[in-house]
Amino acid sequence: MARAYVLLAWTWLRASFQYPASALIGLAVAMALYTLDVAAIWVIFGHTERLGGFTAHEVMFLYGTAGVSFGLADMLFGNVDRLGAQVRTGTFDTMLIRPVSPFVQMAVDRFTVTRFGRVLQAGVVLAIALPQLDLAWSRVWMVPVMIVCGLVIFTSVFAFGGAIQFLLTEAPEIANAFTYGGSQLTQYPMTVYGAELVRGVTFIMPLAFVNWQPALFVLDREDPLGLPHWLRFASPVAALAIALAAAALWRVGIRRYRSTGS
Amino acid sequence: MPAHRRGVVFQLYLRIAGYGFRRHSTYRAAALAGAFTNTIFGVLRAYVLIALWEARPGLGGYDVADAVTFCFLTQAFIGPMQVFGGTLQLAQRVRSGDVAIDLMRPASLQLWTMADDMGRAAYLFLVRSVPPTLVGAALFGITVPDSPWHWSAFGVSFVMGVLVSFGWRYLVALSTCWINDDRGVNALSVILTGFFSGMVLPLNLFPGWLGAFANAAPWAAMVQVPADVYLGTREVWGALAFQGAWAAVLLGLGAFATAGARRKVVIQGG
Repeated sequence: MARAYVLLAWTWLRASFQYPASALIGLAVAMALYTLDVAAIWVIFGHTERLGGFTAHEVMFLYGTAGVSFGLADMLFGNVDRLGAQVRTGTFDTMLIRPVSPFVQMAVDRFTVTRFGRVLQAGVVLAIALPQLDLAWSRVWMVPVMIVCGLVIFTSVFAFGGAIQFLLTEAPEIANAFTYGGSQLTQYPMTVYGAELVRGVTFIMPLAFVNWQPALFVLDREDPLGLPHWLRFASPVAALAIALAAAALWRVGIRRYRSTGS
Repeated sequence: MPAHRRGVVFQLYLRIAGYGFRRHSTYRAAALAGAFTNTIFGVLRAYVLIALWEARPGLGGYDVADAVTFCFLTQAFIGPMQVFGGTLQLAQRVRSGDVAIDLMRPASLQLWTMADDMGRAAYLFLVRSVPPTLVGAALFGITVPDSPWHWSAFGVSFVMGVLVSFGWRYLVALSTCWINDDRGVNALSVILTGFFSGMVLPLNLFPGWLGAFANAAPWAAMVQVPADVYLGTREVWGALAFQGAWAAVLLGLGAFATAGARRKVVIQGG
């Protein structure tokens, strides 16, 4: 599966580099677009020292970790949320008869260099924010763990978003509320959001485990919302749970799929 | 132009606007999904703004209720004003060469496209603006204009915002006549519109020269100014004059560019 993915991704990349200037401009534009979010945070911290009890560097750390996780998930699998369009135009049927997993084919479709934009931009933010925080090595080990868990969680959200389009072919934008909404949510400390919302993204759709809970460990902070202490180590469990649920839903979707007919 | 002829022309554009409305109303599920997404983002952004205004009450002349209202208004403007760079179909028609047919019609390309876009905006206003605002009102409570005069001022300002947005997007679309591929210009337009309209953050938070530029540039007329008219934080006549001036400039440039396109257009392929 991984081999098929790499081979197809490489083919698309080579294709996109037939027009190198266009590909690189696309990448630069994508990075500039995501930088608007950073600009927003910068403007906010021009007016206040702390937001929801967190400093600018801490918020940038949250932004960077969430952004790298989301960027990787979006780069590798984000395209599955375009399933609706493939179903509508009938091109999904072709994917089903090829000897490669339809999930991999959906994920890798149109793999161009612009897909690196988000992860590169967030990586830069994280690389700037990390040294400012003066973290102990006994805590930094959590950073790669949280990025991997975040990648799994966001990938699962993308798979959810794709799977519901087997049902809601005409309304693909509904998936954006959860995928891009999840990315927006995790850019800021959970203390700014309402208590019900935080409980929802902790126990129902575990977006709080992308970066918030493990970041409490990395930054050595008490949970301002008073949830149990061990939750900050629970990201791998949360990631596994949502991944299994998403895989199950995707399978149900594929099994129910009846093509569009004509 | 004799009076009866003028009436016929007006009816033509009215009918095109009606068709624009109907064409978009075919995609009801997509519009409702858009409204749902706009609402979710409205809620998330509202919390961030509330946190900021709780740390700094009265910032930028808004109180917390104003900031929350501003947030849901901007979400409501995404559809009608196409803040995230919804492109006019015109750009595609230039690329495919279909624009040649449009240019042959005995009607102005600009007014035709504008009428169609107004119909689209009217439909998206109903489906993508009203629901997020109502949800915002139910969840957080928003302020409401206090008099019919205030409501009508906002109505005019809203329509002017759509006009300025059209004027801008028409120029972006027509640029395809000169540079063939509209993707670069589009992306630039998305960045400029998103940031300088007030969509990301209220422009009165922008510091120094950045704020001065943002408040004078045309994008402010699409989001920040109509929102301020709604909130009553900006003098109405000054606001409408600002929007009117930018609408006139952009539509004037559009007319000029249309005349240029007539001479310039090269039909691709064939």
